[in-house]
Amino acid sequence: MDTTQNQRDWTSHPPLIAPGYKSTIFRGPSQNLITVPELMKPSSGPIFGLESVAPLDHDLTKNGIKNGEPLGERIVVSGRVLNQHGQPLKNTLIEVWQANAAGRYVHKRDQHHAPLDPNFFGAGRCVTNEEGIFKFYTIKPGAYPWGNHPNAWRPNHIHFSVFGPNIGTRLVTQMYFPGDPLLDYDPIYLAVPEKARERLISSFDLGLTEEGFALGYQFDIVLRGHHSTPFENE
Amino acid sequence: MNKLGQTPSQTVGPYFAYGLTPEQYKFDHQSLATPVLLDAKKNSQDAIILRGKVYDLHGEAVDDAMIEIWQVDQEGKFQIKPHQGFFSIGRMGTGTIEGNWFEFTTCIPAAEKQDQAPAIHMIVFMRGLLSHVYTRVYFEDFKELNQEDPYLKLVAEERRSTLIAQKVQESPVTIYEFNLHMQGENETVFFDY
Repeated sequence: MDTTQNQRDWTSHPPLIAPGYKSTIFRGPSQNLITVPELMKPSSGPIFGLESVAPLDHDLTKNGIKNGEPLGERIVVSGRVLNQHGQPLKNTLIEVWQANAAGRYVHKRDQHHAPLDPNFFGAGRCVTNEEGIFKFYTIKPGAYPWGNHPNAWRPNHIHFSVFGPNIGTRLVTQMYFPGDPLLDYDPIYLAVPEKARERLISSFDLGLTEEGFALGYQFDIVLRGHHSTPFENE
Repeated sequence: MNKLGQTPSQTVGPYFAYGLTPEQYKFDHQSLATPVLLDAKKNSQDAIILRGKVYDLHGEAVDDAMIEIWQVDQEGKFQIKPHQGFFSIGRMGTGTIEGNWFEFTTCIPAAEKQDQAPAIHMIVFMRGLLSHVYTRVYFEDFKELNQEDPYLKLVAEERRSTLIAQKVQESPVTIYEFNLHMQGENETVFFDY
């Protein structure tokens, strides 16, 4: 057995300290992580099912409605969650959160003076099906300024939190949009090793696009690991 | 065989609360996981509180970290069905208790494997952390088991104490404290699973 297959591949992930992103300098661990031998790794974990999601959880264009439709460009985001051998991962729970079309988060600490949208909350979740496919509807998020350096702006992005079959496959990431000029200036995106950056950019997909309703974006997620580890949930 | 490349990690950022820990932050959205793993009404004699802070290089307690814990129950099982008295995953942001604490109500888990000491998995996410990091919470009461634990044996002896939760109160409920130091003299040991 190739014992490196379940490792976190640090040639694909950003380093823990990336000076361009200032707060990593005093928040990222400075000492080496302790490598755990493959056979010692925890292999079991929870299986999530449809009971973990409510009917509107996958539709951010509807789950925050108070008195009308949310503003902005409706999009549909879909993709597959796979392991590194391309096998689909079913029953994988995905949580998403994002800014509204004006680039404002509902979070109380976001004081960017762009408007909140009373009909858009910006968070949802879904579970992958038998083919490992997820799909949700939302509004294309806006760019927003942040304080990392002068005239710093985050590119449009959707935050993803993903559970795989065990604790080692846990992933939090951000999905970006094709052709965004801000990507070239964003230290969070640029902290990812160059060869792996493209994996964070969704692709426009006319096949996913729903006529008269929403533009489609495809975003596949690859979690580490080489086979579906048997796990328990009882 | 050509393997697909892993999707890179990105920071959880400062605004995770309404997406990942909404109930704790008083947002009108159901939480998948909360700071309460053990329903103390059903199981009060086994309840413990696990609390701590996350310190940065300057010794400041971080107010926008999200701590996620994973653990088996006292029988060694993962439980994620709601309303069974125990839920194996807990989450808490450090922005709602004055002093920037995380605080979980849970129980001491069974050891996951025969040769291991009881331990809770802990994952740290926050602004300024581009990839989450894993650590393990051991309990000071299990001195002999801890000494034989295969994970603790991977760690240089002088750093093992960063992985041991200290009992700071016995009753009415047992409280363990486990502080994380991201950098500095007492930098917590983090594992690469």
